[in-house]
Amino acid sequence: MSTSNKESILNRIRQNKPNPVLLKENNFGNFPATALQLIATLKAIKTEAVLIPHLNAVQEEIQQLQQKGNVVLNVLNNLNAVEQDQLSKKSAADLASLDYAFIKGQFAVTENGAIWVSDKNIFNRLIPFICKHLVIVIEASNILTNMHQAYTAINIREEGYGVFIAGPSKTADIEQSLVIGAHGPLSLKVYIIQKES
Amino acid sequence: MTTLTGKHASNAAAFIKDEARTDWHDETLWMVRHKRDLAAAGVLEWEALRNYASNIKEHTLSNLDDYLSEFEKNALANGIIVHWAPDAAAHNQIVYSIIKDAGIDRIVKSKSMLTEECHLNPFLISKGIEVTDTDLGERIVQLRKEIPSHIVLPAIHLKKEDVSHTFHEFLGTEANNNDPQYLTGAARIHLRDKFIESTLAITGVNFAIAETGGFVVCTNEGNADMGVHSATIHIACMGIEKIIPKAAHLGVFTRLLARSATGQAITTYTSHFHRPQPGKQIHVVIVDNGRTTQLGREDFRNSLKCIRCGACSNTCPVFRRSGGHSYHASVAGPIGSILAPNMNSTQYADLPFASSLCGSCSNVCPVKIDIHYQLWKWRQVLMQKGEGSIGKKWMMQGMAYIFARPKLYRFAGSFARKFLRTVPFLAQSKTFNPWYKNRELPQAPKQSFTEWYKKQQ
Repeated sequence: MSTSNKESILNRIRQNKPNPVLLKENNFGNFPATALQLIATLKAIKTEAVLIPHLNAVQEEIQQLQQKGNVVLNVLNNLNAVEQDQLSKKSAADLASLDYAFIKGQFAVTENGAIWVSDKNIFNRLIPFICKHLVIVIEASNILTNMHQAYTAINIREEGYGVFIAGPSKTADIEQSLVIGAHGPLSLKVYIIQKES
Repeated sequence: MTTLTGKHASNAAAFIKDEARTDWHDETLWMVRHKRDLAAAGVLEWEALRNYASNIKEHTLSNLDDYLSEFEKNALANGIIVHWAPDAAAHNQIVYSIIKDAGIDRIVKSKSMLTEECHLNPFLISKGIEVTDTDLGERIVQLRKEIPSHIVLPAIHLKKEDVSHTFHEFLGTEANNNDPQYLTGAARIHLRDKFIESTLAITGVNFAIAETGGFVVCTNEGNADMGVHSATIHIACMGIEKIIPKAAHLGVFTRLLARSATGQAITTYTSHFHRPQPGKQIHVVIVDNGRTTQLGREDFRNSLKCIRCGACSNTCPVFRRSGGHSYHASVAGPIGSILAPNMNSTQYADLPFASSLCGSCSNVCPVKIDIHYQLWKWRQVLMQKGEGSIGKKWMMQGMAYIFARPKLYRFAGSFARKFLRTVPFLAQSKTFNPWYKNRELPQAPKQSFTEWYKKQQ
C-alpha cells in the first residue's frame, strides 16, 4: 500500500512540476566573531554569559549547588560507558526532579546566541529540556558569526540528534507577554572558557 | 469545535463588533510586524537571503520527486520509518495505525499546521484517543474547543482574561488571576504530567533535508522536544513541500524563519532529528493532500514555497482587523487565501477577495511568494468558474461595459455626480450600499477633471 502511495505521489509530481530551476551558489561571508559579541546577544535573550579562564569555577559552582540540596547532573566530564548507558536509559519520570544540568556546547553563534549541542554532549535527549536550570559551557575558540558558518562547522547527520539552543524556554502565547520558562528550563547560563594567551 | 463555516465578510463583521478588542488585535499584530522589521534590518544581506531562499525552494519544487526519493532513501538508512499519504484521510489512518499498533490511548502533540489541515485531532478523538496539544497557545484553544487563529500565534484572538477563565475552568487556577506568568506556570505543571504519561508524540516538520535524511523542528517553548524525548515513538508529519536539498540550506532558512515570524533572531530550539535513540522509533509521514495539484497550477505553484512564518498575516490590514477565524480555513491569512481555493474552490471562493491587494504580504514574505498577485489571479479564476456572487458578477460586467465606452463613461460620470449631489442619502444608505458601512463618501465635485481641464485651454 505504502509503495503504491509513494509512486502515485511521485508520478503526480513528475506530471505537474515546472521546468528545472537551477540552484544558485551563494556565499554569505566568513566574519570573525568575539566572545563579547556573543555575551551581548545572549543578554538580549535573557541569558547570563560569563567569561572564565578555566573550568574550575564551574566545578566549584556545581559543588555549592549540591551542598544546598539541589539535584545536579554534571556531564561536563567524560562519562564512562556504564555511566553513559545508565543515563541514556533514564525516563522523564526519573529526570523530572533535576534542578540543574551542566552540559558542553560545541559551537555558539553570535548573530542569534544559538549553541549547538548533540547526543554526545548529553547522552539522554531529555536533559537540556527537563532540567529547571541549564548551564552550557563552551570554548571561546568555538564562537562563530552566523548560521552559514555553523552549518559548515557541524555535521547534522553525524549523530542521531542535535539542537541549537538559544536562551531559556519561553512563550508569548498569552497576549504576547513574554514569559521565560515554558516547558523547558526556567533559566540558561553560559560559561565561555577563554584561555589566557 | 469552532466551525469552519460562514464567509469572511460576515465572520469579520461579527469580529469587529468588539471595537476595543479589534483595535488590540490590530495593534498587537502590528507590533509583531514591527519587531520583524527591526530583525530584518539587523541583517545586512537580508534581501540576498530572501532571494536565495526563494531560489532554493523553486529549485526544489522543480525537482521535488528526486529530492523526496533521496530523502526517503537517506531516512530509511538512518533507521527512520517513512510513510506516504496521498490525502488527509490516508495521513490520519497512518497515524492512527501506529498508535493502535503500539496499544496506546493517549498521545501528546506539538504544533503542526499539517495536522490541523488534515483535522487529525477530531479523527483521533473519534477513535477514543486522548490528544493533548502541548504548545501553550494550542492548548488554550484546544481546551476552549476552538482552532488556532494564526499559524504562529494560535491564541492571538484571546485576551488574558479569556485564558484565565479557561484555565480556571479546566486546570483549577485561581479565578480572575490574569497574570500571564502565573497562567503559563499552571500550564507548565499541567502539561509536565502529560509529557511524562505519554509514550507517543506527534510533531510537525519545519525542514526535511534530502541530503541527510533527517528533519528539523523549531519551537520556543521546548514542547516538541519534551514530548518526543519522553516518548518511545515519535511521529513527524510533513507536507511534500517541506524538503530542502542540503544541510547548508538550513543556514538560510534558520536565519529567515524566526526573524520573519516574531522578530527573534532564531527560535529557542532548532532540533535536528536523524536517528531514533536505541529502542525507540521515529516515523515520518509525507503528505500530498492537494499539493501536487497546486504544483501543476502555473500561477499558484509558488505558494508551495511557504515556510509558515505568518509574516503575511501580521502585516495584512485585513487579517489584523478581522481575526484569523474569519477566514474559516485551517491556514488563515493571505497565504491561506491562496492555498485554500486549491483544496475547494467553492468553499473558499470568498478568501481571495478578503484583501485590499496592497501587496504588503509579498513584501515581507521571506521566500518571496507573490501573494497579492496570486490573490488577484485567484479572483479571475474563481469569477470565470462562476464562484463569485451574482451581484459582483453583474457589477463587474457593467463596469467593464462602461469603461470600454468613453462617451458612456463620461455620461455615467456626470450622472453619478448629479446623483450624489441631489440624493446623497441613497448612496449613504447602508442597506443599498454596504460599502458605506465603515466608510464615508467625499463631497461629489461639480465637474470632472476632463471638464475642468478643457475650461483651462
